[in-house]
Amino acid sequence: MLRIGSGAGFSGDRLEPAVELAEKGKLDYLVLECLAERTIALAQKRKKSDAAMGYDPLLEKRIRSLLPVLKQNNVRLITNMGAANPLGGAKKIIEIADELGLHVKVAAVTGDDVLPYILKKCDSLEFKPRLSENVSILSANAYMGASTIVPAIETGADVIITGRVADPSLFLAPMIHHFGWSTSDYELMGKGTVIGHLLECGGQLTGGFFADPGKKDVGGLAHLGFPLAEVQPDGSALLTKLPGTGGALTLRTVKEQLLYEVMDPSSYITPDVIADFTTVSLREDGNDRIVVTGGSGKERPSELKVSIGYDAGFLGEGEITYAGENAVGRAELAGAVIQERLQDCYEELTVDYIGITSAHRGSFSYEGIPYEVRLRVAGKTYEREKAKRIGEEVEALYTNGPAGGGGARKYLNEVIGIVSAMVPMDIVEAELQVMEVKPNGA
Amino acid sequence: MVRKLYELAHSRAGDKGDVLMLSLIPYEEGMYEALRERVTADRVELHLKHIVKGEVTRYEMPNIAALQFVCQGALLGGVTTSPGMDTHGKTLSYALLEMEVDL
Repeated sequence: MLRIGSGAGFSGDRLEPAVELAEKGKLDYLVLECLAERTIALAQKRKKSDAAMGYDPLLEKRIRSLLPVLKQNNVRLITNMGAANPLGGAKKIIEIADELGLHVKVAAVTGDDVLPYILKKCDSLEFKPRLSENVSILSANAYMGASTIVPAIETGADVIITGRVADPSLFLAPMIHHFGWSTSDYELMGKGTVIGHLLECGGQLTGGFFADPGKKDVGGLAHLGFPLAEVQPDGSALLTKLPGTGGALTLRTVKEQLLYEVMDPSSYITPDVIADFTTVSLREDGNDRIVVTGGSGKERPSELKVSIGYDAGFLGEGEITYAGENAVGRAELAGAVIQERLQDCYEELTVDYIGITSAHRGSFSYEGIPYEVRLRVAGKTYEREKAKRIGEEVEALYTNGPAGGGGARKYLNEVIGIVSAMVPMDIVEAELQVMEVKPNGA
Repeated sequence: MVRKLYELAHSRAGDKGDVLMLSLIPYEEGMYEALRERVTADRVELHLKHIVKGEVTRYEMPNIAALQFVCQGALLGGVTTSPGMDTHGKTLSYALLEMEVDL
């Protein structure tokens, strides 16, 4: 049996649940999945301005709080917090271990960065969606599979840090290593991928992003516990969470997560396998305990997906609130005024009324008039100053717009677009680097 | 009797680029067949016509008594470049649950 905990479901995830899992979970491995599609392009930008950077911005904080607990409880860490710079991340972890006086071995997996190849082959590759010419490509990272992580585990490292790998592969790799599974046993690769997929979003399996008071109640949400899996050699698993933590692990929460971000459930494609979720069975085995059996797979695709980040200009936004009698009328007047003032300046100006149309684009409404409404104006452009002007014009509604507008805010953000392309598997070569630090005198 | 999907089922939204995925999971597994008959891809496409610009494909998951709807062109270009408020489309599970079915 192998116990794997999931300590983060995204880059900005909460820190405490992972520490708690490492402390009390009797884990063999803790996995932190921290890399969204766009995150790596942003990280690439940071690396450009400082070659030592480019790993996850929360790496230092997470590692500082986790490392002593991990060492004490003999739990190994697997994470994609390396982002655009796994080697830089590994060096930082060694530095922290040294400060804390811990004996730590770190293995860094690189090779996912295929930017030179993509730039060279730019004209012959098919990008999805299509990329307009003369955009500037910032990053290109191939989704590597579990087989690139297994050698890092074999080094005996306490911490395994990667860049872009498929999320479920972070969990599948320790299963392959521990049980000696063959990576061409697609049945097992499929089962392990199901477990990895269920775990990869942390608290989303245990009642996070689930509660709807009165309909789907979740106790102790403020103290949400993250999931762990007890994996068996046959690829089945018990999903559970620590006693005393908040949240809920039920058939309902597991079903929501099994289908989360899945296109065709009979063909969930990773670099390891084409997994079939339509053969998965779920069974309740007591409070906060779900047994997962079944799941299967077919031979992995011969190509790897590459996620390509490009500079998509700037997004300027402005918001202002109206409340009380005729709030909607005044907000709509404000929206019309902004449109008149800014018309012809932007290809497309988005005007939303938060409280009425901003989330579901006005598709549905309930009877009654909202007491307060917030105008939101947004537009994209390649010129920074022009993007900034949107927020400035909304702010100027204070003295130049309808009565009683308050709480104006303006935002300016760089936009990084993502497209994908497929590349032959053999152009991606995983590399492994191991570093170690021992306390003085040891 | 006309019932709102919200009363009968729960849903979670996911996104990949400009594609929105919506699960539909009946609270009672016995309700799966009734929803499978009534909540077709065409009906969802019509229900979400102001949101989903492309095709809706439905996948059936009898093993867990759930349906999955994959909606193309639903996220104003997708999370990274959308000028919208909810760039991921995280709230859109509740747009699906606004649908009414006759039971």
